Amino acid sequence: MSSSTSAPAGHEKYYVPESSSLAVRATIGLVLSVFGAALMLNDMTFGDPERPSASVWVLTSGLVFFIFTLTSWFRTAIRENLAGMNSSQLHQSYVLGMFWFIFSEVMFFAVFFGTLLYVRQFVGPWLAGEGEGGRMNGLLWPGFEFAWPPVTTPQEIVGGADAQVIANNGAFVSQEKSMAPADAHAWYAWLPMWNTIILLSSSATVHVAHTAILSGDRKKFNRWLGITVGLALIFLGLQAAEYYEAYVLFGLTLNSGIYGSTFFMLTGFHGFHVAMGMTMLLIQLIRSVKNQHFTATDHFGFEASSWYWHFVDVVWVFLFLFVYIL
Amino acid sequence: MRRVFSGAALTLLAPLAAAQNQVNMSPGVTEIGADIFELHMLIMWICVVIGVAVFAVMFYSMYAHRKSKGHQASQFHESTKVEVAWTVVPFLILIAMAVPATSTLLEVYDNDEAELDVLITGYQWKWKYEYLEASGEPVAFFSNLATPQEEIYNTEQKGENYLLEVDEPLVIPTNTKVRFLITANDVIHSWWVPEIAVKRDAIPGFINEAWTRVPQEGIYRGQCTELCGAYHGFMPVVVHAVSRDEFDAWMAAKRGAAITQAALATQTLPVDELMDQGKAIYDSACLACHGAQGEGGIGNAIAGSALVLGDLSDHMAVVAKGVSGTAMQAFGGQLNDVEMAAVLTYQRNAFGNNTGDVVQPGDVTGMKNG
Amino acid sequence: MGDHHHGPATGITRWLFTTNHKDIGTMYLWFSFAMFLLGGFFAMVIRAELFQPGMQLVEPAFFNQMTTLHGLVMVFGAIMPSFVGLANWLIPMMIGAPDMALPRMNNWSFWILPPAFLMLASTLFMEGGAPAFGWTFYAPLSTTYAAPSVTFFIFAIHILGVSSIMGSINIIATVMNMRAPGMTYMKMPLFVWTWLITAFLLVAVMPVLAGAVTMMLMDIHFGTSFFSAAGGGDPVLFQHIFWFFGHPEVYIIILPAFGVVSQIIPAFSRKPLFGYASMVYATASIAFLSFIVWAHHMYTVGMPVAGELFFMYATMLIAVPTGVKVFNWITTMWRGALSFETPMLFCIGFLILFTLGGFTGLMLSIAPADFQYHDTYFVVAHFHYVMVAGAVFSMTAAVYYWLPKWCGRMYNEAMGKTHFWISFIGFNITFFPQHFVGLAGMPRRIPDYALQFADFNMMSSIGAFIYGASQLLFLYNVIATIVAGKPVSDEKVWDGAEGLEWTLPTPAPYHTFEEPPQVPKPVGTI
Ligand code: HEA
Ligand code: HEA
Ligand code: HEC
Ligand code: CUA
Ligand SMILES: [Cu+2]
Repeated sequence: MSSSTSAPAGHEKYYVPESSSLAVRATIGLVLSVFGAALMLNDMTFGDPERPSASVWVLTSGLVFFIFTLTSWFRTAIRENLAGMNSSQLHQSYVLGMFWFIFSEVMFFAVFFGTLLYVRQFVGPWLAGEGEGGRMNGLLWPGFEFAWPPVTTPQEIVGGADAQVIANNGAFVSQEKSMAPADAHAWYAWLPMWNTIILLSSSATVHVAHTAILSGDRKKFNRWLGITVGLALIFLGLQAAEYYEAYVLFGLTLNSGIYGSTFFMLTGFHGFHVAMGMTMLLIQLIRSVKNQHFTATDHFGFEASSWYWHFVDVVWVFLFLFVYIL
Repeated sequence: MRRVFSGAALTLLAPLAAAQNQVNMSPGVTEIGADIFELHMLIMWICVVIGVAVFAVMFYSMYAHRKSKGHQASQFHESTKVEVAWTVVPFLILIAMAVPATSTLLEVYDNDEAELDVLITGYQWKWKYEYLEASGEPVAFFSNLATPQEEIYNTEQKGENYLLEVDEPLVIPTNTKVRFLITANDVIHSWWVPEIAVKRDAIPGFINEAWTRVPQEGIYRGQCTELCGAYHGFMPVVVHAVSRDEFDAWMAAKRGAAITQAALATQTLPVDELMDQGKAIYDSACLACHGAQGEGGIGNAIAGSALVLGDLSDHMAVVAKGVSGTAMQAFGGQLNDVEMAAVLTYQRNAFGNNTGDVVQPGDVTGMKNG
Repeated sequence: MGDHHHGPATGITRWLFTTNHKDIGTMYLWFSFAMFLLGGFFAMVIRAELFQPGMQLVEPAFFNQMTTLHGLVMVFGAIMPSFVGLANWLIPMMIGAPDMALPRMNNWSFWILPPAFLMLASTLFMEGGAPAFGWTFYAPLSTTYAAPSVTFFIFAIHILGVSSIMGSINIIATVMNMRAPGMTYMKMPLFVWTWLITAFLLVAVMPVLAGAVTMMLMDIHFGTSFFSAAGGGDPVLFQHIFWFFGHPEVYIIILPAFGVVSQIIPAFSRKPLFGYASMVYATASIAFLSFIVWAHHMYTVGMPVAGELFFMYATMLIAVPTGVKVFNWITTMWRGALSFETPMLFCIGFLILFTLGGFTGLMLSIAPADFQYHDTYFVVAHFHYVMVAGAVFSMTAAVYYWLPKWCGRMYNEAMGKTHFWISFIGFNITFFPQHFVGLAGMPRRIPDYALQFADFNMMSSIGAFIYGASQLLFLYNVIATIVAGKPVSDEKVWDGAEGLEWTLPTPAPYHTFEEPPQVPKPVGTI
């Protein structure tokens, strides 16, 4: 027996690139980036501020190289597709790849949502001396009462970092105002509401773009995709405004105890994903406008980006619910 | 060398030599300890029986169904009946195990109605014990490893309780339900004494509960069982269980000593006394990081340190408040004014730091109050 | 694109730029072996220091670095990549695919590993030393109290996570999309099944680990208080997150090993695998259960009793599907025509010792008893029985079993058997006494111990040196085979071997199944 038993009829050859330097180049970029980032963070936290360090340059050059490589990677994939090398089976591999990538992102966010749930349901009450898990904690944090959003950190209640029983090297000072609707000075000034509206409509607009390309209407596709990217930009702008509000007006920072920690972690990573999704959509837009890419039957680049966009949207809905409202 | 040979011999004669070495869990002295021990033996024997049965079948097959013996392979590969059987039977066995496990667990968690509360705080690398009693002068002290460095670094013969001895053990009365409230100051530690079957993690910022009722007088030894940094292996727990009368007497003496210490804080102490007490504190609390000769290690050198030779209030600030982001912890909450004065005096005069400064408890109190 | 049947490029760029699943598999395998030697070297330092009571060779702080790096390098550098390498080599050959689904990404998943481990190892030379907080890196020891090198450690973990996620996405896409016509799910070899399920586990939990280290990074450098009670967080939160990753992780380690054993035992029993379908269901049940048992590592942290009970019951349940597997293997052997070549010996070693480790696992799962076992050498013994005698033995069996197919040369059987016996004996001398010292009260992660533990520790160290030395014999045997082994040309190297990979010429050509094969008689089932 050998491998060349007759193949079933109608088999399209699966394209396996012969060899490629992309992976190694991407590795160099990625590793330089994280190495530079680690150096830089250490300069900030452990290092001697007087000593000049090349860390910023390592980081920047790594990032530039990385982005450059990724660009040429995607360009290669697009070229291969245009050259007709991608069988429907290969297309299915891309679909599966994208799907499971998004699944892994879901799990990444699940950690932060889980954290929020855990600190609110368990840790807070325990620190306040409630429940089976914390009935003796009153000895450590006398007077601490738990509410969400937290009014004070346990540390503040006992009189600051020097007065607490645990040796801890940070000061956690709670915010003056939280991001809950109650703390906004008027309902129309409550940015998260606007952001929700914007992001939900962007999910709709990207869907309209999708139907447009399915019916081969490039103009409509471009228009609605453009609107989606615009909405994404507005979202990011408002998010920046919200961070400004938090830091400058509300005194809500990363140091504001667990409320600030979870708030910035969740919204920050979400914002970062919005920026990524927006970039992806923007690239698809440019491809369509400049190079007339995508047809009614072949538009995976756009489709994958739009899945990603819907995912980012769904995350926001949960965020809105658990971070802002409940 | 002799040890190497005995080790090698043991390797060959393990079953025989095992007689001299403890190979099993100790049932300990408490009721719960005995329950846990029985549970442990029960599960172990069930596993042994299952294991023997399963591997008897396998070894028989390996013997009887050898190809070299010319055995022909049969081709069966499924049987719903046996497959269901060996899913259900283990399940039933597990239920049988879960019953005693559950009741023992509930006992372990029965933390109510204690007659004495002790607050245990883990520090890198020592334990602090505080007796929480409504009345009387509070009694609290640190319990440090007492094994000398010379034994650890093999320049002296190791003693019987090598690494399991402390300068001041926890003392508890027998036949009394004692509740331990366990927490930590810096990182997570875990307070374990096998003989009384108590192991609880010490989590900074949270208080865990555990309890014991020791029926028998004796000295029970254990160790910290959660990795807590470099000297995690050198953080023993020693519990001294004594009769109620002896306990009360000990408590009274402790209270008296506390009152004397408090009185000392307002006195002017002779240099020698400060230096002696300072050396004792240095050796138990600082030496691990700063070296026996003040030469440094994890921490900076004390010998010749500009800070130590310089302004007293800066020196004290470092010792009392620690240096944030480093291993140097805040000792302000751990040393009273007399001890602080002693260790400062010692550091300023030992290891060739001959400043001649004498720090009095009053100075410390003064600096504290600004 | 024309038909190209040319072989590999030559020189270093063959390996750097390759997209071929066999090349990439080979690189993974060699890399993991190098990491095994490195991690093993760290273990030798540990065992040498523990040879006698007292501090002899290293300082306590350095000892902790050794323990930490040993655990990390073995788990993330040796075991996981070795099975990924095996998956790369075998899955396309077993399901009749021309290559992995996403070949360039495949190359990338491999190439980010070596620099990540280089970065991790380089922390040994940094100020303050390497990570010294155990492979479980509990906060706050790993945050507030860690050396500056922790930042590099965090990013190394991130990269390992990225590598694993990409690797498993590739495996999922390959298995779901690249099977030859007729290769239905229930006809796939068990190794493919176990890897498919493992890949799901990986995609689900590696992001969780990434989240955990990201929160550490934030606590260290940006002043957040996830793991500090002072700000309203909780160090135990870290443990929940870590073990939500960590427990599935241990099944990520063992499931592919189950797959390997399920291929090899039938081959040397000359009899189909017993209970194929129940094997698949058992694997899936183990994977499912692995998500709801994590807190059995945390019985002593002071969880409310209801939680304690839930996690105890759930953990005990895992014995059921695992038992099904063990019984199926033994029944596969029953009334077969058994022969005992080296791969089979390692599988039998696996079967006995893994089950023993499983039994101690079951003992550990009993919460009240775990109060006495937790963080002692009893736990160390447990997990070395399942990981060394489980994962490493089965990996060794796999190498002996498929090596002739890979390189067209037969290993030296006498040397292989010697390797097995030294390993088997050395392993037990090393780790069996650890049960004793653990029960007698010796905590883990300590550089020095009380005198009553001295004899068994010395025995354990001697065993470790024996076991370690036997790995050098293995290395020698593999290299000698590749360079000068006796050529084999039978497609079926072993007369009992079943599966598509054995229909290929030996050694397996560089490109295989460019045209999908006709799936022959079902594998393992009717
Ligand atoms: C390959 C890795 C692997 C595997 C497969 C397992 C398998 C199991 N493990 Fe293990 N475990 C680890 C790796 C692994 N473990 C590691 C690395 C640690 C320590 C981490 C650290 O702290 O550093 C650990 C720690 C650990 C603990 C925590 C101990 C502690 O720190 O206090 C517990 C507690 O429940 C546990 C339980 C189990 C159980 C119940 C199984 C079960 O899956 C076993 C099931 C198998 C069997 C039971 C045998 C076969 C079955 C039969 C023959 C059927 C009939 C049997 C009966 C009905 C009894 N393990
Ligand atoms: C799959 C993973 C895996 C593997 C394969 C191993 C393999 C080994 N481990 Fe493992 N170990 C872990 C995973 C693993 N370990 C984990 C997760 C921990 C917990 C860490 C923690 O607490 O955080 C641990 C902890 C641990 C401890 C406890 C340390 C402590 O608590 O302080 C010990 C102590 O004996 C130990 C010993 C060994 C030995 C002797 C081997 C041997 O099998 C190794 C054999 C291999 C070699 C020796 C390499 C080959 C030979 C050479 C390089 C040549 C040089 C040698 C000679 C000439 C003799 N390990
Ligand atoms: C866990 C380790 C550790 C212990 C125990 C410890 N120190 Fe330190 N100590 C350090 C470290 C680390 C530094 C350096 C801090 C820095 O980087 O500025 C330090 C610095 C100091 C300094 C400042 C030295 C200088 O030149 O800047 C003094 C004084 C000092 N310690 C006194 C003490 C005293 C007194 C004790 C015991 C009561 C003690 N230390 C116990 C780790 C420790
Ligand atoms: Cu304290 Cu370990
Ligand atoms: Cu587990």
